[in-house]
Amino acid sequence: MNIFKLIITSYRNLAVNKLRTGLAVLGIIIGIGSVIALVSLGQASQQAVQSQIQSLGSNLLTVSPGSQTSGGVRGAAGGRTTLTYDDAKAIESSSKITTVKQVSPVYSSRGQVIAGKSNTNTQIYGVTANYASVRQITLASGSFITARDVASNTKVAVLGPTVVDDLFDGNTNIIGQEIRISGQSFKIIGITSSKGGSGMTNQDDMIFVPLSTAQKQLFGVKYLSSIYLEAKSSDVMIRAQNQVGYLLLSRHKISSPASADFTIMSQQDILNTVSQVSGTFTALLSGVAAISLLVGGIGIMNIMLVTVTERTREIGLRKALGAKKKVIIMQFLIESVILTFTGGLIGIIFGVGGFYVYTKIASSTFVISLSSVFLAFAVSTGIGIIFGWYPARKAASLQPIEALRYE
Amino acid sequence: METVALSDISLTIYKGEFVAIMGPSGSGKSTLMHILGALDQPTSGKYILDGETVEKLTEDELADIRNRKIGFVFQAYNLLPRTTALDNVMLPMSYAGVSDQEQKDRALRFLELVGLQDRVHHSSNQLSGGQQQRVAIARALVMDPAILLADEATGNISSAQADEIMGIFQKLNDKGHTIIMITHEPDIAHFAKRIIYIKDGKIGEDILNKEQKKI
Ligand SMILES: Nc1ncnc2c1ncn2[C@@H]1O[C@H](COP(=O)(O)OP(=O)(O)O)[C@@H](O)[C@H]1O
Ligand SMILES: [Mg+2]
Repeated sequence: MNIFKLIITSYRNLAVNKLRTGLAVLGIIIGIGSVIALVSLGQASQQAVQSQIQSLGSNLLTVSPGSQTSGGVRGAAGGRTTLTYDDAKAIESSSKITTVKQVSPVYSSRGQVIAGKSNTNTQIYGVTANYASVRQITLASGSFITARDVASNTKVAVLGPTVVDDLFDGNTNIIGQEIRISGQSFKIIGITSSKGGSGMTNQDDMIFVPLSTAQKQLFGVKYLSSIYLEAKSSDVMIRAQNQVGYLLLSRHKISSPASADFTIMSQQDILNTVSQVSGTFTALLSGVAAISLLVGGIGIMNIMLVTVTERTREIGLRKALGAKKKVIIMQFLIESVILTFTGGLIGIIFGVGGFYVYTKIASSTFVISLSSVFLAFAVSTGIGIIFGWYPARKAASLQPIEALRYE
Repeated sequence: METVALSDISLTIYKGEFVAIMGPSGSGKSTLMHILGALDQPTSGKYILDGETVEKLTEDELADIRNRKIGFVFQAYNLLPRTTALDNVMLPMSYAGVSDQEQKDRALRFLELVGLQDRVHHSSNQLSGGQQQRVAIARALVMDPAILLADEATGNISSAQADEIMGIFQKLNDKGHTIIMITHEPDIAHFAKRIIYIKDGKIGEDILNKEQKKI
């Protein structure tokens, strides 16, 4: 008996009870559909977060004040004021530090900004000249803060595009104009290109001024809010982390790394944390979807058991006429695989469609990994085989004469 | 409760015989036929078919024997529901690996033999009892089996048609095939060479039919 004929026979048998077949397939459609939709969603959001974090700068290390028990009790020694410009200078000039290419100290705080009649509240970044290259910031027009600006405390500002939107209605022809930050007048010398992002990672909603100006004129502080480091390559990130860590420990006269009053994080650390969170979330959703798939599979098994019972006489006859066990098993397995494969196919269409609608509504990118589609096909076929196996075995082991007598 | 359908049966049927089994309803004829056809097995005792002890064979070996050596016409016809006469007759050949074209040719030839050439594409539930019985006969003959077992194969058809079927059986028997049929019509039994009477699960009489009716 060839496979092609078995498939036709199975199809005919399934067509006899269209409603029942349809309901059994529905379980698989819902299962596969939700797995596809949720896995795609998870992958897409993870990719989005990753590309956002990567755009913050390559081989970037961030030194922040405060102990490593973030969320817990902060280090006692000075809290958030432990990093200084001298620390940054020391990292730059120390002969022990061989893995760091650039050092960019930053002091940032929120400030009120006024331009003509408009005003906004935004993040003010006091930076040095190399901040732009460390954090991969490019200019849409004008120029960035220079070393001379930092040396002579000039009052110049570089605006992020969101700030330009807020203060000047998006008019970018503003180089040379004045804005007032915390009541002091600053000359606009540049506008950065948009980097995208939102919320905490929005890199467009900020104003850059010289670090010295920010510390002395604007906020009157002596400490830094962070030091950004660019390592020489991605291979030396951990060595750079260690070298800088030990230098700062000795500068701060702390003997044990466990009681450090600063934290050094790499992009990879941040990425890992975020990936872990969104990965857990994806796994959770996929787990729920997988359970619905399992329920769908049980539905298939149930329907196949009913079918076997209903067709006991037919099975008996086939065996009486010479059907071997394998042929009977094949026939019922093919039926259940047709059910789950069809369900998988429709489920994939619905899942991909649902995800597409989501990306349209949330205006995010529509990416479906081919591997997840193939996996869905494999899983639905596998479910047909796994959940069809027991009913098929049951059919194949019926005694022909008993089966023929069955009413 | 245990029902004893057959007991103390000692019976040898040789190659090329034409046997009729007669007896009242419930006497165990069908049960004997199922054992002879390797469909059922005795709770005790031994059945040797063509030199092989049936109890010792695996299920798949039995399936193969039923497929190639035995043609079975069931008392209840047992056609596949919602399946055409043609497909029903093709069924045993599909398990024997016969090519599609040959399956079709052979099935058509045997349907013509039983007079159903104009019902080939009718589904089994669109056929009368007599027509279904003739499809079942065609299905039993299509594998050219060495042994033909027929359980009341002429019960639902006209006597003219029954005579035709007997003619087919005799022609087959002349070619050396063994034929065993159950009937309760003496007229039909007289087409056989040997008549066995069964009563209450035991063999009553076992006689040679000296005046075999010939078509
Ligand atoms: N599956 C069964 N379970 C129990 N008893 C059965 C079964 N099949 C047949 N019998 C009994 O066995 C006896 C013989 O039945 P059967 O061989 O069908 O008789 P016949 O074909 O001669 O009319 C009867 O008494 C019948 O009731
Ligand atoms: Mg009977």
